[in-house]
Amino acid sequence: MDLSSKYSQGDLLRDGVRIDGRGVRELRPIKLEVGVLSRADGSAYIEQGNNKILVAVYGPRELHPKHLARPDTAILQCFYRMATFSVEERKNPAPSRRELELSKVIKGALAPAIFLRNFPRSTIDVYIQVLQADGGTRCASITAASLALADAGVPMRDLVTACAVGKVNGQLVLDPNDIEDKLGEADMPVAIMPRKRFITLLQMDGRMNKEEFIEAYKMAIEGCMEIYKLQRQALMERYMAVRKEFEEEGGGEDA
Amino acid sequence: MHDVLSEVEKRFIITLANKGQRADGRELREMRPINIETGLIKKAEGSAKVSLGETKVIAGIKAEIGAPFPDEPNRGVITCNAELIPLASPFFEAGPPQEDAIELARVVDRGIREAEMVDMEKLCIIPGEKVWILFVDLYVLDDNGNLFDASSYAAVSALLSTMIPKVEVKNGEVKLLDEKEPLPIRDLPVSLTFGKVGEHIFLDPMLDEERVIDCRLTIVTDKEGRITAVQKSEDGALSEKDINEAIEIAIEKGREIREKYFMPLLKSREGAE
Repeated sequence: MDLSSKYSQGDLLRDGVRIDGRGVRELRPIKLEVGVLSRADGSAYIEQGNNKILVAVYGPRELHPKHLARPDTAILQCFYRMATFSVEERKNPAPSRRELELSKVIKGALAPAIFLRNFPRSTIDVYIQVLQADGGTRCASITAASLALADAGVPMRDLVTACAVGKVNGQLVLDPNDIEDKLGEADMPVAIMPRKRFITLLQMDGRMNKEEFIEAYKMAIEGCMEIYKLQRQALMERYMAVRKEFEEEGGGEDA
Repeated sequence: MHDVLSEVEKRFIITLANKGQRADGRELREMRPINIETGLIKKAEGSAKVSLGETKVIAGIKAEIGAPFPDEPNRGVITCNAELIPLASPFFEAGPPQEDAIELARVVDRGIREAEMVDMEKLCIIPGEKVWILFVDLYVLDDNGNLFDASSYAAVSALLSTMIPKVEVKNGEVKLLDEKEPLPIRDLPVSLTFGKVGEHIFLDPMLDEERVIDCRLTIVTDKEGRITAVQKSEDGALSEKDINEAIEIAIEKGREIREKYFMPLLKSREGAE
């Protein structure tokens, strides 16, 4: 059953209140956890509204097949995959064209933040598994992936933070959910490196005039800056926990 | 596609760009010459071959009658596919479309779909049962850079040249008539792609430039000057200034290209009807 067929466009926004009760510039509740998997070099988990996404990072490590290796830099490989049960109707387990395109743009969003040239001839692999999808999965994936990269100890210029802006009933809304995305008039996912506000992902489909377009990406950047705070907090929590563990063990080998 | 020379080439291209110049003598905001030829494939319902400088792409449209998507019973279907065939570049390999080809097809598709170029409701024959399905197939013939725009122009021009049979519905049976009609066109989307290198963005990157750019930005506008699709691709980053600048140019150049190349194709159809 497709939820979006239960609602009409008129339901999306009433007196500035959205279908899930949010205001137009309000993010969905976000939960971030770092270091959630034991085998991966780095990992992170994100819940953003009803999205549930797990990301693992392996590497820098040896690359196979070797002919893909580059003499002057590491390569970054991203694999965005949705679980068959993550959407209303079972998704075919084979990667779709959408998943392949998203893997490519997510790679483009993360790569500028990583010192790939520190690791020639190797690969850094980012595996993204969407367990439950509710609109804005590519952005939530990027937010979590940059935490997983940091958790893996990969040297980075900055974190990468992503957030989308949608347009419903002519009104721009921050962080659209699935229904708003499907019934809305436009969707613009944006990723930034927050310290210098460099834009590393920008897509849009739908219809926006020039003024709306500029307002929309500024709004998305504001959303990113909010999420950035949560990312930093999640990293701090992880490392405070590691430090505590270390101290309880008696300060490690040197002590 | 990466080699040691590209670092040297990159410096060269940045040095030129600092002086407002490009390796082929163009200005930063100048397109290569565009040439569009339509109707060259008689077996297809529509076709167009586009050259953008030395880049060549051919698009063919095949139309079939089939079932609509269950969630859109009153609309025809349009689907884009792109093939980066090995005859077009030493870097293309045989086999099923890889991520570059998929991204290309999906960005071209989004440009056409989001601008509602073709009135898909008018391509419905029997609601929920029979609709026209349009296959837009793109073959890159010679890759000299900026496949996104060349492919988009080929797809739009091929759709403008498409003639489909008129149909008659009798007792739930669809009969194709000998008489043909052009597609119901509502808008003319124009794609414009920028390369970013150093502090500069420039329009319509050619192959040498594509090899050294940090990233690419494609912007599609409709006839009202609205933005209907955007894609940043490859591994670099953009500033807000880059985006604002690109939007202005995309709207302005989009209008020029629409007037100069697509409007004449649209008008020539009226004679054919």
